[in-house]
Amino acid sequence: MVKEMIVIENLVHKYRTPQSGEFAALKGVSLQIAKGEFVVVIGHNGSGKSTLAKHLNALLLPHSGRVLVNGIDTREKERMWEIRQQVGMVFQNPDNQLIATTVEEDVAFGPENLGIPPVEIRRRVDEAMNSVGMSQYKTKAPHLLSGGQKQRVAIAGIVAMRPQVLVLDEPTAMLDPVGRAEVMETVFRLNREEGLTVVHITHFMEEAAHAHRVIVMEEGQIVMEGSPREIFAQVDRLKELRLDVPAMTELSATLRKEGVKISPDILTVEEMVVALCP
Amino acid sequence: MLKDITIGQYIPGNSAIHQLDPRTKIITLVLYMVGLFLVNNVTGYAVVTGFTLAVILLSGISLKIILKGLKPLLFIIVLTLGLHLFMTSGEIIWQWGFLKITSQGLRQGIFMALRLIFLVTITSLLTLTTTPIALTDGIEKVLKALFIPAAHELAMMMTIALRFIPTLIEETEKIMKAQMARGADFDTGGLLARAKSLIPLLVPLFLSSFRRADELAMAMEARCYRGGENRTRLKQLLMGTRDYFAFGITGLFLAITIVTRYMV
Repeated sequence: MVKEMIVIENLVHKYRTPQSGEFAALKGVSLQIAKGEFVVVIGHNGSGKSTLAKHLNALLLPHSGRVLVNGIDTREKERMWEIRQQVGMVFQNPDNQLIATTVEEDVAFGPENLGIPPVEIRRRVDEAMNSVGMSQYKTKAPHLLSGGQKQRVAIAGIVAMRPQVLVLDEPTAMLDPVGRAEVMETVFRLNREEGLTVVHITHFMEEAAHAHRVIVMEEGQIVMEGSPREIFAQVDRLKELRLDVPAMTELSATLRKEGVKISPDILTVEEMVVALCP
Repeated sequence: MLKDITIGQYIPGNSAIHQLDPRTKIITLVLYMVGLFLVNNVTGYAVVTGFTLAVILLSGISLKIILKGLKPLLFIIVLTLGLHLFMTSGEIIWQWGFLKITSQGLRQGIFMALRLIFLVTITSLLTLTTTPIALTDGIEKVLKALFIPAAHELAMMMTIALRFIPTLIEETEKIMKAQMARGADFDTGGLLARAKSLIPLLVPLFLSSFRRADELAMAMEARCYRGGENRTRLKQLLMGTRDYFAFGITGLFLAITIVTRYMV
């Protein structure tokens, strides 16, 4: 049996706002994520996906229900840092998560906080920069890098802490298409080659196409869950939730409506080519 | 325009001064300043001038860059010189109407101007030959050695400030352009009008800075930041023979300045 890396049981989280009182961002979410899995969470603005992400490394704590990371309850205060070491998090704005004035110092920030000996930090920093393909920029200042490069540095900063899980909270939202491709390639490779469990939150359906599992959130609840093919085949349901589907899936749905016999679960251009010209 | 602002500008190099430990540089700078304020006669100033020129030569930083750093202070230097020149009473050596220069004034004016020039020169030499990271590391260690509380926090604040200066400058320019596109005018009018025109620039800048600070704090916590305790550093500061030598030389310099003040 595959070991469950993250177990979420009936998680409820409420925000208190001065205007409207209490507001439940998560209304009883249950989810299990296996070790090595690549899970993509999609959903509308305000669907609770970012709130969910912040529960995975104890940045937020549940109001009811519980979150277990590698068997540790996130409410155990004295093990909070252990959880944060195991669950690394990359945020949306690359400018607001880089701390140091050079790339390598920034990548070293996490390991430094963990109190790792300098020689070992050096090794981890070099390894991490290698694994995101940023070694040649190690003495550059962060503001001189492109958005995609900054996000890769942010990922390296997490990788250097040797986490089990990588949580990405819309890391590609502020990037251009080239930067987005760079970041996604890096994340997929870390998942494939280093066995890192990935929870990726995004607006871009194309990024979900290669995931092991897609979770759709709406109004603080999980409304759909399944493989990318299962999810994207339900074009009408997704449209109801005001979500996009990958361009090729949409094309195949349109073609089917026009009477072309074509599979409903096409995700990529290559698959479309094969389906249309067998 | 805003990009011209350089704070802690570092010029890469491999000179003996570059390679000194930042702690050495900070401490010897303080010793140098003590010497600089001790000297009060021609011999003393000759020693200081010689020592300063030797340090500049050793750093491999061109005199042009250092002179450029003095430019903003030109006014203060001239003012100091002028005030001392015309306001000191004593033996008159030149007179025109009510303006008179005394030999004491001339002497005092030149000494004060030189003191200012050397002070700025040697301080800028510190930032010119030390990377911002090394400098903050050095400051943290020196403050800690002096048992000053929150040394780590101060150093972390400096690091973050240095990191965000270019980001905020970029943002300021973006907001300026956005406001100019909506008809804002930053360049004309009197002082008051110009100050007022900065409001639509500063308000969004402050708002976004607070948002940045909030997100940065979250990102730092997510990366296990919990203050300076038990924190290790990637780069260790190491004092070597070179540093002890620098301390020796500066100590000697200080001794000579004391001698020139009290014995010559």
